[in-house]
Amino acid sequence: MNPEELFLVEITVNGTPLSARVPARRLLSDFLRHDLRLTGTHVGCEHGVCGACTILLEGKPVRGCLIFAVSVAGSAVTTVEGLVNNDGSLGIVQRAFHESHGLQCGFCTPGFITTIHAYLKENPHPTEEEAREAIAGNLCRCTGYQNIIKSVLRAAELIDSGVRDDH
Amino acid sequence: MTTKSFGEPILRKEDPRLVSGQGRYLDDLGHDALAAAFLRSPHASARILDIDVTDAIDVPGLIGIYTYEDLEGRVAEPLPLLIPHPALLNGRTGYPLANEYVRHVGEAIVMVIAEDRYVAEDVVDLIKVSYEILKPVVGIEDAKAAHNAVHSSVPNNVSAHSVKEVGDARAMIKSAPHKLSLDLFIERSACSPLEGKGVYAIWEEDSQELRLWSSTQTSTGVRAAVAAKLDLPLQKVECIAPDVGGGFGVKIMHPWPEEVLIPWAARKLKRPVKWSEDRREHFISSAHERAQEHHIEVGFDEEGRILGLDVTFFHDNGAYTPYGIIIPLITSTQLLGPYKPASYRVEFTSLFTNTVLVIPYRGAGRPQGVFAMERTVDAIAKYLKLDRTVVRERNFIQPHEMPYDLGLIFQDGRPLEYDSGDFPASMAMLKKMVGWDDFETMRSEYAAMGRKIGIGVACYVEGTGVGPYEGGFVQVETSGRINVATGLTSQGQGHQTVFAQIVADELGVPIEDVFVTTGDTRRFPYAVGTFASRAAVMSGNAIALAARQVRDKALRLAGEALECDPQDLEIVDGIIRVKGDHAKSIALKTVAVLSNPLRYAFDESAKAATQFAVGDTSKPPVPEDQEPGLEGKDYYSPMASTFANGMHAVIIEILPETAEVKILRYVVVHDCGRVINPMIVEGQIHGGVAQGVAGALYERMAYDESGQLQNASFMDFLMPYSTEIPTVEAGHLETPSPLNPLGIKGAGEAGVIPGSAVFASAIEDAEGFEIRRMPISPSELWELRRTMKENA
Ligand code: FES
Ligand code: FES
Repeated sequence: MNPEELFLVEITVNGTPLSARVPARRLLSDFLRHDLRLTGTHVGCEHGVCGACTILLEGKPVRGCLIFAVSVAGSAVTTVEGLVNNDGSLGIVQRAFHESHGLQCGFCTPGFITTIHAYLKENPHPTEEEAREAIAGNLCRCTGYQNIIKSVLRAAELIDSGVRDDH
Repeated sequence: MTTKSFGEPILRKEDPRLVSGQGRYLDDLGHDALAAAFLRSPHASARILDIDVTDAIDVPGLIGIYTYEDLEGRVAEPLPLLIPHPALLNGRTGYPLANEYVRHVGEAIVMVIAEDRYVAEDVVDLIKVSYEILKPVVGIEDAKAAHNAVHSSVPNNVSAHSVKEVGDARAMIKSAPHKLSLDLFIERSACSPLEGKGVYAIWEEDSQELRLWSSTQTSTGVRAAVAAKLDLPLQKVECIAPDVGGGFGVKIMHPWPEEVLIPWAARKLKRPVKWSEDRREHFISSAHERAQEHHIEVGFDEEGRILGLDVTFFHDNGAYTPYGIIIPLITSTQLLGPYKPASYRVEFTSLFTNTVLVIPYRGAGRPQGVFAMERTVDAIAKYLKLDRTVVRERNFIQPHEMPYDLGLIFQDGRPLEYDSGDFPASMAMLKKMVGWDDFETMRSEYAAMGRKIGIGVACYVEGTGVGPYEGGFVQVETSGRINVATGLTSQGQGHQTVFAQIVADELGVPIEDVFVTTGDTRRFPYAVGTFASRAAVMSGNAIALAARQVRDKALRLAGEALECDPQDLEIVDGIIRVKGDHAKSIALKTVAVLSNPLRYAFDESAKAATQFAVGDTSKPPVPEDQEPGLEGKDYYSPMASTFANGMHAVIIEILPETAEVKILRYVVVHDCGRVINPMIVEGQIHGGVAQGVAGALYERMAYDESGQLQNASFMDFLMPYSTEIPTVEAGHLETPSPLNPLGIKGAGEAGVIPGSAVFASAIEDAEGFEIRRMPISPSELWELRRTMKENA
C-alpha cells in the first residue's frame, strides 16, 4: 500500500497565516487541534451533533468535525483562542461565562463561546427565550444550560456597557 | 479575618484558562504520540474462532496489532473486581482484550497501534474476525428466564443475591388495615460526559518509569492498578488526571482495559502512546446504569403511615461486575429516603446480560430507589384520597429523631444512620415555593383554557462523603504563594476554587495566592477518588485540617520572631500581626523563609534564613519534633457518611394531541449542610436536574433483542439541548452536618436523584392513570392514554 498523498493547507487562524501538509481526509477539527496544535476547539461526537467543535469560518459558525481541512484552504478561521483580547484579557463572551458560572468541566464551552460570539453580532439584544434558542444547537452535560443562557444575556449587557472586545 | 470567602459565590479560578481555550484535556496532550484504535465485537455473545490480519499488515504507518494471545504476565489476567461483597456470589470481570469469548457489543478484541488515529482505524477495518455467534441475553426478563447464559459458569445469570430485613415486614403487611402492590421499571441510561475516556502513556526507558494521564475520576486508583498489572513498583508509576471533560461516574471505574493496554504498549514499544475514545466507543464500551425492575408490597394504616414495606427488585449489571454491586446496595438502602416504615424487607437479585457493563451514573441506584418509594407513597395517597404531601409528612423521620439509625448497612459497610436533616421544614419550604396549596386553582384555570397540567413531588436522602478517607497538603512558599494539593480528581466541580476558599479562610490569605492541584499522584499520592458526592466533604475537610496545622506552625514561629504569645496573633491578608497592635507584624511569607533554615541564599528573601542571619545558637536550627518548611498535611476519615437531602416539585403541561410533556416550573429545595460556594452548588443542582429530566423524558439505551445498541450516537440518544431543560428555582436549607469540622454534606448528585419520581408523579397527576415505567416518551404516554381509554 502507498502512503497517503499530502496536501499543503494554508489558512489564516486568528489572524495568523498557518499551514501544514495533511491528507485530504483530515478533518478541520483535527487539523486545528493536532496539526496546528490549537486545542481550544474540542471534539465531543465527530458527527456534527454536539457543537463542541464549533469554529468561525469567515465569521460564520461551522462544525469543524464536518469539514475537511483541504476544503477551507485559503480561508480565515477564528477559534476560541482567537476571541481573547489583544492584551490577553478575556473577550466579552468569555468574560460573561466566567461571571455567570456558564461552565463546569469546560469541555463544551469553546463551542458555545464561538457560537454565541457570532450570534450576538447578528442579535446584540436577545430576550431570554432568544438566548435559549441561540444555544440550542450545542450540547452541554454539566450545566443544565441555565447559566449558559445567563452568560448570553450577560455578554449582551457587557456589549451595551461598552466593555472592550477586540473581535 | 477581613474577607471571608467560605459561603460566598466566588467566581471560579479555573475559568479564565478554560474559556480561552487553554484547558488541557486528555486529547490535547501528546500530539506526537502513537495512536491506538480498537477492533470491538459486533456481536453481543460470540466465540472468537479466528483473527486474520493478512490484509492489514501492509498499511503504511502501522506499528503493531495485538490480540489476547500477545498479552503478557498479569496483563493477560482478568481485570480486577474492585469492590467484592459477600452477596456477590458470582462476580465476573473481562480481560483487557477478549479471551476467546465476547459478551457484549463493543468489547475490545484487537488493539492496533499506528502513527496516527486515521491509520489505526484503517487497519482495524482490514482485520477479519470470524465468530461462532451465540444466543445473547438482553434485558432483565431474558436474564431471569435464563434460557441462555452470559457466563457458562454462572447458573441462572445471577451474580448476586441479597435479603435484608428490619422487623417482620411480611407479617406487618399481612396484618395491616390496607395493602397495595406495585410493579415499577426503570430503563438504562448513561453518564455521557461530553469528553469520552482517554489514556496517554510515556515510558521512560532510561529510568524505567511510567507516566500516564487518564481522563479519570481516580488517578491514585489507576496508578495502583496499572503498577500491579505491569508489575512495576508503585514508585515507578505516576498518574495524572488532566482537565477532565465531565465524569458523572463512568470514569471512576478503573482500570478500564485501555488504561492497562496503553501503558503496556508504551513500555513495549518504548514510545508514547495515546488513545482517545470516540463517541460510539463511549456508548458501546464504557458503562451504563439504571435498569431495574421492582415489585413492592406495602401495608399501611388509615392515616397513610407505612407499617410494612417489602421490596423485591432485579438489577441488570451488564456483562461483567468489575465495580461490584454498589448500585443495588445503594438502591436497597437509600430507597427509604426521609421515611420510617415500621418494618422493611428488601431482596435483590443482580443479573448478567450481554450488554455494556453497569457502574454508577450520578445518583447511583438512588433514582431507581426514589422512584420506587415515591410511587408507593403516591399510590397510598391516592388509595386513601389524601394529599400526597400529607402522606409524606406523616411518614417523615422528625428532626428530633436525628441521628436516626435505619438498622441497615450502607454502601460504605457502615451502619445507615442519618446525621442531620429537617424534612418537615424542607417540605414546608417546597410547598410554599411551588404554590402546592394553590395548585388546584391553577389547574382549573388551565382546564378552563382547555389545557391539562399536573404537579409532582418527590423526596430523597443521599448518603454523601463516603470514606474511607482523603488527604490534603498545604504549603506556604517564600514568595507567599500557597500550594494546595489533594489526591482526588476534578471533572468540573470547581475544586480549584472551593478548596482555595477553604484555605484562604483557614489561613487568612487572599484567595488569589492559593493554587490547588488535584488528581496528580506526584503531588499527593494517597487518595480514593471523586464519586458519591464526596469531594467537598472529604478533601474539603482534609485540606482545612492541613491548613490549620500550617496556621499553628506559622503562629508559633511568628510568636518566636515577634516575641509574643501565639495566642495573641491573627493572620489577615497574609500578614501575621498582634491582635490590637497591628504595627507588630510579620508577613506569612517571611515566616515561610524563617521556617526553613538555609545554608545558601538563592534569592533576596532567602538571605534572611541563612545560618549567619537567624537562629538561637543554643538550639538546633530545626528543633526536635519539627520539620523545615511551612507546610502541613492531614487526612479526613469519617466514621460514617453524612446525609444530604432534598425535595423537588415540578409543574408540567401535557399537550392534548401529542402527549408531549412541557415543564412549566421546576422547584428544588436542597439541604447540603454548610455551603462553601452557593454559585457552584446551584450549578451542580442545575446540571443534576438536567440529567434528571433527561432520564425521565428522553434518554434510554435502545438495545434490540440481539444485543445491538441501536442509538449509539448523539443523533439517536436524545441528550437534551437547552430547549428541553427548565429553569430551576432552588431554595436552600442548611442543617450543618455534625460529623465533620466544616459541617458540609455532598451536593454533586442531588439534582438528578428524584427526576423520574417527580415526573411520574406529575404525569400521573395530570392524566389520572398510573405511571409505572420510566423514562416515558410522548408516544408511550399517548399509547398509555389510548389503552386506558379502551379499558375504561
Ligand atoms: S464534535 Fe463536531 S459537532 Fe460534536
Ligand atoms: S461544562 Fe461540561 S459539558 Fe458543558
